[in-house]
Amino acid sequence: MSIASQAAPIRFEGVSKRFGRDVVAVDNIDLAVDAGKLVTLLGPSGCGKTTTLRMIAGLEMASSGRIIIGDTDVTKLPATDRDVSMVFQSYALFPHMSVLENVMYGLTFSGLGKSDARSRALQGLELVGLEDFHGRLPSELSGGQQQRVAVARALVLEPQVLLFDEPLSNLDTKLRRQVREDIRAIQQKLGLTVVYVTHDQEEALAVSDEIVVMRNAAIAQIGTPRELYDSPNDRFVADFIGEANLIACQVVALNAGDATIEIEGYRLRLPARGLSPGPATLAVRPSRIILDNDTGVPVTVAKATYVGVRMEYTLEGEFGQVFAVKDDVDKPLEVGISLYMSFAAEGPVLLPSETGGHGGH
Amino acid sequence: MTPPTRPVLIFWIIAGWVGFLLFPWYGTESGFFSFEWLVDGYPFEPDYSPAVFLIGQGKKLWLSPLLIALILPLLVLGRPKSDPIYFRILTAAGALGISWLIIQGFSIGLRGFNFQWMNAVFGALDDRQYGMGFGALICAAAFLFLFTQGIAARGAINGDVFVVGAIGGVIAIVTTFVFFPIANMLFSAFVTDEGEYSVLAFFGKFFDDRLWGIGCLTGSRCGAALNSLFLAVAVGFITTVLGLAFALVVTRSGFRWKRMIRALTVLPIITPPFVIGLALILLFGLSGSVTVFFADLFETQPTRWLYGMPGVLIAQTLAFTPIAFLVLIGVVEGVSPSMEEASQTLRANRWQTFRTVSLPLMRPGLANAFLLGFIESMADFGNPLVLGGNFDVLSTEIFFAIVGAQYDQGRAAVLAMVLLFFTLSAFFAQRVWLGKKSYTTVSGKGDAGMHPMMPNGLAIPVMFVALSWAIFTATVYGMIVYGSIVELWGVNNSLTLKHYITAFSIRIEEEGIRWTGAAWDSFWTTITIAAIAAPLTGAVGLVTAYLLTRQKFVGKSAFEFGTMLSFAIPGTVIGVSYILAFNVPPIEITGTGIILVVSFIFRNMPVGVRAGIASMSQLDKSLDESSLTLGANSWQTFRRVILPLLRPAILAALVYSFVRAMTAISAVIFLVSAEYDMATSYIIGRVENNDYGLAIAYSTALIFVMLSAVALMQIIVGRTRTGRRMTPAGPGL
Repeated sequence: MSIASQAAPIRFEGVSKRFGRDVVAVDNIDLAVDAGKLVTLLGPSGCGKTTTLRMIAGLEMASSGRIIIGDTDVTKLPATDRDVSMVFQSYALFPHMSVLENVMYGLTFSGLGKSDARSRALQGLELVGLEDFHGRLPSELSGGQQQRVAVARALVLEPQVLLFDEPLSNLDTKLRRQVREDIRAIQQKLGLTVVYVTHDQEEALAVSDEIVVMRNAAIAQIGTPRELYDSPNDRFVADFIGEANLIACQVVALNAGDATIEIEGYRLRLPARGLSPGPATLAVRPSRIILDNDTGVPVTVAKATYVGVRMEYTLEGEFGQVFAVKDDVDKPLEVGISLYMSFAAEGPVLLPSETGGHGGH
Repeated sequence: MTPPTRPVLIFWIIAGWVGFLLFPWYGTESGFFSFEWLVDGYPFEPDYSPAVFLIGQGKKLWLSPLLIALILPLLVLGRPKSDPIYFRILTAAGALGISWLIIQGFSIGLRGFNFQWMNAVFGALDDRQYGMGFGALICAAAFLFLFTQGIAARGAINGDVFVVGAIGGVIAIVTTFVFFPIANMLFSAFVTDEGEYSVLAFFGKFFDDRLWGIGCLTGSRCGAALNSLFLAVAVGFITTVLGLAFALVVTRSGFRWKRMIRALTVLPIITPPFVIGLALILLFGLSGSVTVFFADLFETQPTRWLYGMPGVLIAQTLAFTPIAFLVLIGVVEGVSPSMEEASQTLRANRWQTFRTVSLPLMRPGLANAFLLGFIESMADFGNPLVLGGNFDVLSTEIFFAIVGAQYDQGRAAVLAMVLLFFTLSAFFAQRVWLGKKSYTTVSGKGDAGMHPMMPNGLAIPVMFVALSWAIFTATVYGMIVYGSIVELWGVNNSLTLKHYITAFSIRIEEEGIRWTGAAWDSFWTTITIAAIAAPLTGAVGLVTAYLLTRQKFVGKSAFEFGTMLSFAIPGTVIGVSYILAFNVPPIEITGTGIILVVSFIFRNMPVGVRAGIASMSQLDKSLDESSLTLGANSWQTFRRVILPLLRPAILAALVYSFVRAMTAISAVIFLVSAEYDMATSYIIGRVENNDYGLAIAYSTALIFVMLSAVALMQIIVGRTRTGRRMTPAGPGL
């Protein structure tokens, strides 16, 4: 007997969650998570991502719509009766039980005999590399170890779906990378269906098969990390997934799916993405700004900050401010000098113009 | 995934049938826990018959509709929970069973039909019924929980059978043992001497001069209501001032014996309420030490000045100052030191800081302490009984209306309503008005600042007041111990142990120990009743606290209000309403030990609820949630995660309700019987016979028993804390 996966897909059909009369936490979302994939719910706080996760777990009940896990409609099923495990932000290890008792806890409700439960629990601990710690109390472990116990406790139940609620937020920066790689490795090894909530875009990019960006109780965009980074749908996604400079521009010509845009006389050709001539927004990552060309948009260096691995610049022009990074720390640009800004061939994306919203950095 | 068998459903269906088929339906005369019925003609002797045998013999045919409610649930066996028929049948059967039980219980009593119109419609009934027994109780529980399972199946609280059942259970018992007796008592205020309902009867008693008279302004006597009100305001004010003085000394002075002052807080818990009154009599009574000393000094006649308003005021102030202190120490400590430090850095001196920052921030806490003192004084029964003299207050007037020569239920009910009105107003004020107004900050983040010391102009009078009052308190308690070993106070001051011997002598004979002392009987009754009540109180309190902190449901705030309400109901009111409500069927428990246990459970339940809420809100909710996602249901979560983590709180609640049950007097004095006499009412009886020596010796013994119970608990709880780490696992190293 070894720990396997019973991974099942998840489907949301028009799911909403209202608290009281006025507060809409999740507004009519449709979502499909394939079996064996790791999907991240990403968004600023209050966007409804945690509520969505808790509705999968059965800790919150959908106000309307249907939730289907595998072949079963679980919409009305309480947490106890769903085949879903969850790893909590605070780990929620039971402080009065030893590590082994914690991991065995769920197994004792699954009709397993005591010795079976014990050996399965020990396998689970082995999977996270903590088999030697099974007699300890949770308070005698470090934060990272507690986290791994929480993962083992959820894994040994072989759930159809495994949920993570901001699992790294209580760990220090160095440990985060390690633990998120461990989580991804176990997920891929066992082929688990995982839904993962975070507000950290770098974490989301690193672990996910697919990312669901949420905003104001709705889904803003779904895609692979690459898709979201390289072709965000709108200014919100562009700004939330990695930093983006948003620069107002004019589409002056369309040509076979490509658009020619103009910023203060500087012209650029890039995919039109369905836009028509007129005002638009150009989203450019800080690393895709080129400063050593002789042509481009005239700018002045307003601030220069040394952060160790690179230089960070704030550039000012008539369009506003942008934020750029350069790897060359040995010959930094001086504050006050004027030069030309241009953009890399890959990377900049054309977005619809929106009134209001975010300005450039 | 859902299990096809439903153990809970099957259990309650079977329980219902067992109650109907096997257990005696009515209460037996030999008492609830006597099993004499098993060998005395059961099951055919009508007194002991189960309902089904009664119906089979053609008696009590009005019980037969219950069979429908018992048969209906059998139809849902094997049906899925989501089937609408499942919840419809269960709710219908449960509702039918409960309501029929209630209707027939109140309609048919010891003398046939209880209502005239029923005799007119159905003709006189030539049968009668007694209070509910085992069978009826088990059936009632079965109907209740079948009903809640129906509600749960309909989708309430995510279909959680345990939570819905717990809510239903708490509502049922609180309604039965708090709201029903109170409502019943309110009705009896409108009953005339001839047994008719009349509003005039109420007004006649309500506008009585003995209640509202203002004669004391002109030299004669005031009404009891005004006396109570005036006394309560004075006690509330004085205890708040003294409590604040003590709190300031402990938190904001360099006083060296702070721990001693903190120890004061344990006193009201372990002191039977009238003991202070007794000690004051020893000091200031007609033959009290201080009185005699001054009488000799000035060669005047000793007076009875103590008996009346001054004595009651002093006794209540002594008794309730520690309560105000307990409230205010939290308030004074809760004022964030960083605000006071901010004020000082803004160039305010210590006095200005205290006056403009600290004191205004404490204001809601001060009001809270005042209201608590007000409620406690209103409800106090022991001290006015011992020291009141001609000074009538509501709580004692209620007592004399019921037990005195006048025996006037209606008057007792009206007095109780007035008393209830005062305490409930204070309770409302406390919750509605103060509820939103707390400035004290408990952020969980360590506040690094230090509370500034009091300015000298304040510190000196505060220290003086606090210390002299502390010394006075110590003297009074010293008098209690000393008084218990004096032969006959004021007459023969030689030292003796004879009071203890009278009360607690034992003889060792061949058959074993003979408890020959006069006090043993009531002592063991008290211990037994308190020991039975304590775990039940704790259980009800914890389950209620769990529902309040961990579950969301419609009507939760009304539920919370209802469960906390009994805190504001004075013991005398509970006592009167219980004897009025529970000496006739369907619940006939007057004169038994059960009524004492029940009264303790509902008197002390708010304490258990508060303790439970306080400790449960320290447990991270994700612990419950992770248990639920790991496949445990809410009952298993409650039992395996929450209860083990609350062990210290449970122990504290147990000891506390045990001790409170031992010191209670106000409700108890109405409910005791020859068979079940309690220590406190026995002592009051001794006091009324002027047998002070025995009364004080017994009180001293009680105080020491309770002191050791509290100390033992402190030791065990302290050990539990260090042995097991109780904090939920946060981020580690």
